[in-house]
Amino acid sequence: MKRAVWFLLPLAAFLVLAAFLFRGLGLNPREVPSPLIGKPAPAFARPQLHDAAKTFSQKDLAGQVWLLNVWASWCVACREEHPVLVELARQKAVPIVGLNYKDAPEDAKAWLKQFGDPYMLSVVDRDGRVGIDYGVYGVPETFLIDANGVIRHKQIGPLTPAAWEKTIRPKIEALRRG
Amino acid sequence: MIPEIGHFALILALLLGLMKGTLPLIGAARRIPTYMAVARPASHGQFLFVAVAFGCLMWSFMSNDFSVLNVAEHSNSQLPLRYKIAATWGSHEGSMLLWVLMLSAWSVAVAAFSRHLPEEMVARVLGVQGILSVGFLLFILVTSNPFERLFPPAPDGRDLNPLLQDPGMVLHPPMLYMGYVGFSVAFSFAIAALLGGKLDATWARWSRPWTTVAWCFLTGGIALGSWWAYKELGWGGWWFWDPVENASFMPWLVGTALIHSLAATEKRGSFKSWTVLLAICAFSLSLLGTFLVRSGVLTSVHAFATDPKRGVFILGFLVVVIGGSLALYAWRAPKIGLGGRFAPVSRESTLLANNVLLVVACASVLLGTLYPLVLDSLDLGKISVGPPYFDTVFAPIMAPLVFLMGVGPLMRWKEASVPDLFLRLRWALGVSLAVALILPFVMGSWKPLVAFGLFLAIWVFAATMVGIRERVRNAPKGTKLARLAREPRGYWGMVLAHLGIAVFIVGVTLVNGYQNERDVRMEIGDTVTLNGYTFRFEGAKSITGPNYRGARGTMDVSKDGRFVEKLYPEKRIYNVQQMPMTEAAIDSGILGDLYVSLGEPVGDQGAWAVRLYGKPFINWIWGGCVLMMIGGFLAISDRRYRLAVRREPELGAARGAAA
Amino acid sequence: MRARHTWRSLLVALFVAVAPLALAQNAARQAAPLEMDPGTAKRAVALANELRCLVCQNQTIAESNADLAQDLRRQINEQIAAGRSDREIIDYMVARYGDFVLYRPPFKAATAALWLGPFVLAAIALFVLSKVVRSRRRLAEEPPLGDAERREAERLLGEKGERK
Repeated sequence: MKRAVWFLLPLAAFLVLAAFLFRGLGLNPREVPSPLIGKPAPAFARPQLHDAAKTFSQKDLAGQVWLLNVWASWCVACREEHPVLVELARQKAVPIVGLNYKDAPEDAKAWLKQFGDPYMLSVVDRDGRVGIDYGVYGVPETFLIDANGVIRHKQIGPLTPAAWEKTIRPKIEALRRG
Repeated sequence: MIPEIGHFALILALLLGLMKGTLPLIGAARRIPTYMAVARPASHGQFLFVAVAFGCLMWSFMSNDFSVLNVAEHSNSQLPLRYKIAATWGSHEGSMLLWVLMLSAWSVAVAAFSRHLPEEMVARVLGVQGILSVGFLLFILVTSNPFERLFPPAPDGRDLNPLLQDPGMVLHPPMLYMGYVGFSVAFSFAIAALLGGKLDATWARWSRPWTTVAWCFLTGGIALGSWWAYKELGWGGWWFWDPVENASFMPWLVGTALIHSLAATEKRGSFKSWTVLLAICAFSLSLLGTFLVRSGVLTSVHAFATDPKRGVFILGFLVVVIGGSLALYAWRAPKIGLGGRFAPVSRESTLLANNVLLVVACASVLLGTLYPLVLDSLDLGKISVGPPYFDTVFAPIMAPLVFLMGVGPLMRWKEASVPDLFLRLRWALGVSLAVALILPFVMGSWKPLVAFGLFLAIWVFAATMVGIRERVRNAPKGTKLARLAREPRGYWGMVLAHLGIAVFIVGVTLVNGYQNERDVRMEIGDTVTLNGYTFRFEGAKSITGPNYRGARGTMDVSKDGRFVEKLYPEKRIYNVQQMPMTEAAIDSGILGDLYVSLGEPVGDQGAWAVRLYGKPFINWIWGGCVLMMIGGFLAISDRRYRLAVRREPELGAARGAAA
Repeated sequence: MRARHTWRSLLVALFVAVAPLALAQNAARQAAPLEMDPGTAKRAVALANELRCLVCQNQTIAESNADLAQDLRRQINEQIAAGRSDREIIDYMVARYGDFVLYRPPFKAATAALWLGPFVLAAIALFVLSKVVRSRRRLAEEPPLGDAERREAERLLGEKGERK
C-alpha cells in the first residue's frame, strides 16, 4: 500500500540520525583541526629564550624535519607531555624547538630548569602573535614541519606516547624517506 | 550504610520496573485481569523505592558523607546547606536519579488519576512507563551509580560547580525534568493506543491534560534556565542556542505542536495518526536531549562529564525505544483512519499549519545543532554553528506562525471564510500596524525588525481582544462580565498563553533592538553614563563568603543628579575549584534592567574593567513565559477534565449496553 | 573526564594566571580601546561578534574574557587601523583557525544543506500540507449507511416527519 510507505519515513529518518550519532561518539567535538596543514609554516623571527641577543626563524631549520612545540610555564597540561619530549630529546629522535607562548622569560627558564629542557632552543612569543599566526588556541600544541618548511601535522593537546607511536613517528619517517 | 540502602532500593525499583513493564502489557494483550492489575501497585512500589534511593543520596550530601564518590566530587563541607541539597542532582549520576524519580512520580500520578479509563489502557500506559524505567534504572546501575563508594574517604569534597550555586539553578533541573519526563506520559498514551489498535477522540481527551502539564513545567524550566544564565554568566545574554539549550527547546516546540494537535483530535477527531506521531516525537526529543548532554558528542557549557560507555548505552536505549515506537507507528498507524473532514480554510487547517511550522522550526534547530557532527563524521571539515545561524533561520519560520495565532482562535471548525475573518479583524490589523510603526520612535530610533516584532506582538494581543469581545457581544448590558466568567477555563488558558507569547515577543524585540552597553575601565571615582543614569565607581573591597572569596565593587547610581541606589557587583573565586565567577548587580524593573558586572582588576590603583548594560523590557521575556505557564495550568483545571472523571463511567456503561 | 579537567584547568590558568601579566602590562580589557572613534569601535565590535572564542567555544571573542579572545580583539583593532576591510580580517582569521572560528557558518557547498534546509523543508511541508488539506475536501461524504443504520435513520426521520 502506497500510503503505508509514508509511515515508515519517521523510522527511516531516525535510523539515519542514530547512525550519525553513533559515528559522533568516536569524534571529539572540541578539537579544531588546523587549516595550515599542507601549507608553509608561517614566518617568524623571535629572540631565543636563553640568549635574547640571538633570534630564531622557522627557515633556520630548512632541510630538516622538526617539531615546533608550543608550551608555557603556566600550562598545567604541558607538564603531562614534558617527560615524553625529554625522552625524545634524549633519543635524539627529532629536533624540537619550543615556542614559549605568552610567558614571562624568567618563569619559563625556571620551569625548564625544574622539569628538564628537551628543546634545541626555545623562542619567546611574549604577546602571542606567532601563536595566532600558527592558529594556536590551547597550549600545548605541537607542529610537525618538514624539510621544505611545510606543516604536515598538528598535535592538539599533550603529545602522548600513543600519539607519537601511532601518528607522528611514522609521519617523520615517511617524510625523511621521501 | 545509607548509601547501600539507596543502592539496594534502586535494584528493587528495577525489579518492580521489570514486572511493571511486562505483565500489564501481556495482560492487556491477552485480557488477563490479574496481570493488568499489577500495574498500579508496581508503580506505587517503584516510586517508593526510587524516593528512598533519592532520599539516601540527599542524606549523604547533607551529612557530608565523603566516602560516597558522588558527594566527594560535587560537594564540600563549606557549601551552604541549600546547595548541598541541590548537589543531589547537580551531577550526571544525581540528575539521572532525578529523572527516574520524576518518571516514577508521573506513573503514580497516572495510576491515581485514571480510574475512569479502561483497564487495558491504564495497563498499557503504565507498562510502557515501566519499560522506560527499566532502561533508565539499568543505565544508572550499570554505568552511573550515584552510590559508588570512595575508599579511603576524601577528607573533603571538590565542591559543587560554582555555576550551579544559585537559586535559579536549584529549581531549573527539577522543573525541566518534570517537563521532559512528563512527555513520557503522552508518549505512553500514544504507544498504548497503537498497541490497542483503537485511537479516537477520547484518547485525545485523556492525553491532553498530561501533555499540557508537562508542557507547563518545561516552559518554566527553560525560562528559569534562561534567567539564571542572564544573571550568572556576566555578559547579559539570555539565550545562546547552545546545544543543551536546544536539546530542551526542541521538545518544547514539538510539545506545543502536540497540544494544538490534541485539541483538534479531541474536538473533531482529526489528524489522529499525526498526533500520535507528535507524541512519540516529543518524548523522543527528550531522550535525544539526554543523549546529547551526556555523551560528549557536542560541546556545551552545560554538558556533564562524558564517558563513551555511557554514550553507547544511551544510544542503544534510544534505538530500542524510539526505533521501536516508530516501527510500531509504521505498522499500526495506517489502520487508524482519517477522521473528520475540513475545508482548506478552517481552524483545523490553521492548526495543521501551526504544527507544520513548529515542526519545521524544531527540525531547523536540530539541523543546526547536529550539522557540525554530520560534517565531521563525513570528513567534510569542521564548522561551528552559532547563534547567527539560528537567529536567521528561526525567526522567519516563527513569524507566520505568530501571525496565525491571531487568526486561528477566531476561525470556525470545519470551514471558515477569509473575507469574514478580514472583516472581523481589520481594526486589529490597523491598530497593530499603526502602533508598530510609531512605537519604535518613542523608544529612540526606528528599526524595521523592531517594528516587525512589535507588529506581531500587538497583532496577537489585538486579535485576542477581538475574540474576547465577540464572545460577549450578544450578552445584554451589565451581564458581560458574567458572560465572560462562564467561558470555560480552557478558553482563558489559551488566551493567557497566547498573550504570554505576545509579551515574550515584546521583550525579545525591544531588548535586541535597544540594548546598549558600556565596556570601560573605571578608576575609583570615574563615572559612566548609560540610559540617562550616571554610574560612579567607588572601588572594590575584598569579601569572604562561606566557600569563596572575592571582591565586591560599589557602584553609585544617580539620575539627573539625584541618588537612585547603590549596586554591588561581585567577582568571586571559589575556594576549592578556584573558578572565577561573576555575580552581576542587576536593578530589575518592568521597563528594563540596569546590569553591572565586574571584569578584571586593572593596574594596581584599584581600577577595574567594568561592563554596564542597559536591557530594556528584558523581564517581559520571562514574564511572558510565566503567563504561558499560568495559561497552561488554567487550561487543565477546566471543568470538562474533572467532569470527565464522573461522566466516563456512564458513557462506558452506555457503550457496553449498545455493543 | 580527563579532557574536561584539562580544559577546565587550562581555562582557570588563563583566567587566573594572566591577571598578573595584565597588571604588569597595564592593559585595559575593553571591547574596543577608548581612543577609537565610535564608528570604528562599532566595526571592531561587530567583527568580534562574528568570531568564536576557541578556548571557551561557546562565546564570541567580543564576549569572552579569555586571553586568546583579548589577543584576537587586539588583532582586529590593529588590522582595522592598518586599513584592512572586514572581508580581509575575517579571511585572516579563517586562514589561521579554519571555518570553525566563524560564529556564523559560511555559506559554501558543504553548508548549503544547513542554510537552505529549513526553508526547503518548510516549502515541502507546506506543499504536502496543502495537498493533504485539499484531498480531505475531496474525500467522499460519510460512508453509505449499513442496513441496520438505514432502518434506524428511517425510524428517526419518520417520527420527525410526523411531528412536522
